[in-house]
Amino acid sequence: MNLHEYQAKAVLRDYGIATPRGVTIAAAAECAAAVDQLGGAAWVAKAQIHAGGRGKAGGVKVCKSVDELTATAQALLGQRLVTYQNAPDGQPVNTLLIEETLPIARELYLSITVDRAAERIGIVASAAGGMDIEEVAAREPERILRETVNPVTGLMDYQGRNLAFGLGLAGEQIAAFVKLLKGFYRVFIDKDLALLEINPLIVTTDGRLLPLDCKMGVDDNALYRQKALAEQADMSQIDPKEAEAHAHNVNYIALNGNIGCMVNGAGLAMATMDLIKLSGGMPANFLDVGGGATAETVAQAFQIILADSNVKAVLINIFGGIVRCDLIAEGIIQAVKEVGVKVPVVVRLEGTNADKGRELLANSGLAIIAANDLTEAAKRAVEEAK
Amino acid sequence: MSILINKNTKVICQGFTGKQGSFHSEQAIAYGTQMVGGVTPGKGGQTHLNLPVFNTVRDAVRATGANASMLYVPAAFAADGILEAADAGVTVIACITEGIPVRDMINVKAALKANGAKLIGPNCPGLITPGECKIGIMPGFIHKPGKVGIVSRSGTLTYEAVWQTTNLGLGQSTCVGIGGDPIKGLDFIDCLEMFQADAQTEAIILVGEIGGAAEEAAAEYISAHVKKPVAAYIAGLTAPKGKRMGHAGAIIAGGKGTATEKIAALEKAGVVVAQSPAGLGAAVAEAMRR
Repeated sequence: MNLHEYQAKAVLRDYGIATPRGVTIAAAAECAAAVDQLGGAAWVAKAQIHAGGRGKAGGVKVCKSVDELTATAQALLGQRLVTYQNAPDGQPVNTLLIEETLPIARELYLSITVDRAAERIGIVASAAGGMDIEEVAAREPERILRETVNPVTGLMDYQGRNLAFGLGLAGEQIAAFVKLLKGFYRVFIDKDLALLEINPLIVTTDGRLLPLDCKMGVDDNALYRQKALAEQADMSQIDPKEAEAHAHNVNYIALNGNIGCMVNGAGLAMATMDLIKLSGGMPANFLDVGGGATAETVAQAFQIILADSNVKAVLINIFGGIVRCDLIAEGIIQAVKEVGVKVPVVVRLEGTNADKGRELLANSGLAIIAANDLTEAAKRAVEEAK
Repeated sequence: MSILINKNTKVICQGFTGKQGSFHSEQAIAYGTQMVGGVTPGKGGQTHLNLPVFNTVRDAVRATGANASMLYVPAAFAADGILEAADAGVTVIACITEGIPVRDMINVKAALKANGAKLIGPNCPGLITPGECKIGIMPGFIHKPGKVGIVSRSGTLTYEAVWQTTNLGLGQSTCVGIGGDPIKGLDFIDCLEMFQADAQTEAIILVGEIGGAAEEAAAEYISAHVKKPVAAYIAGLTAPKGKRMGHAGAIIAGGKGTATEKIAALEKAGVVVAQSPAGLGAAVAEAMRR
């Protein structure tokens, strides 16, 4: 689960980490009050969406008068912002963060994530802040500094010093950086984060270190014990079909093709998408009904898939392990009757009670196409979608 | 032979009296697994499925000599359960539970390094040595004792590989579902090493998916150390970047962990990579002919 920048910075401040001063607004009329509160002669308006690349997309603007700020707010609020990182139709801008501007001497990069290979929490830093870190890593790998944290000891001061000196900091900034990094690490641990990215971490002309931007992602598996963060979820930033599926505990991801997929198991669901492409078609979605799929789950999944008007055929691929294929077949029949499925449905059942399931489908009197194997199922679905 | 578990393995279930634990323990017993008891704190002294229930894993191990455990405990208590088993001397721990926070698993892994117990999972179907011992949620009947060792990050894709090798008459030595989480117990390399050393295993199937670099590391290991034929399938060629595809670990992050990179690495290592999940059986048969 991702947090907005303004939410993330509030978490940092709870841990005594200084951030640029700012206020959030939801209407352009609030600009004058925001300027009064912040003071100064220039302010930056930052569109709050769950995607990077906001600057290049026009979602971050420095304004030098209340009029300019108001005009910027009018242009951004209520619109959808498209960046190179989000979906083609972008994400809605419902909130702007208005911040003071600061005199910047240097821009650094800092992130904390799970280092899968090391099986530890890893820290990445670079003097090339403000840029796309993936590009820096690809073109100038020597500018990427890394540390991994032993969970027994936690982050040690020497690791902070390694990074601080590596970043070219000096004097009092070394100790300041170590303290700041330990604060970030504490937040990462306490809040069960999956990602904490500060890009850029600025050094001001008067030598202060401040997180100018902050991206925070929370480990979804830990939301049960991070209730305060879970309550801050902004579902407007997620595809509405994905949000709906999420509410029903179905794993669904919208894609651009026209063949709806319903599969049990995440790996098999991805494999089914791949097989559709291999057969000359394009999947409309990823959907995992899970190991304990029931007739209700199947009906729910149908509704989610069919809410996508691009879907021209549905492919159901179930390898019955714990879940019995005859029960799944009953669920499919019930759902096709109740939901009123208007597109061809191709079904492949294998595993526990597969024969019984196929028989039920064949005798249902419904136009359900039973495929004998996976390859045939994918080919048939592609043909039906044409 | 086989790896990790066989007919002599004595198995307990943690979360024994719960719905999941009960159902899968019954299935394991019906399969012929040597189940010797279970653990549910507070229910020690009772009998469940004709087996003794213990309050602690320590008590269960002392009384039964159990050396393997399967966990069906809720995610919030899973890290505690894994380490309880390891501390009690259980050497093979299969954690089926899905949804354990990453931070918990980082700590568990650090603790297990000092202990030496082998963890399978979490977020996995478990492991099975066909005809001898089933620890997990997989349907037993699709398996057949035989010569292919299977290691996989995905549950139902493992069943595809199993079913195809059964139908081809090859059968399986042991199947290990290592799970879909980013931080987990045994990885591909651990299993490859055991399969290479196992006399019963004549060929190996590796089923991977997007996210992380475990398949690339496995490819390097295969080049250097695995003499047996290896076939593979990698799911997620059509998966979009930055989206978590069901499994916590299945995400292309920072442009890394794509299926294309993994397939290229495996092919370079001489692995026969199936284009389709339906081609896994044929791929391992081809690898064995080469």
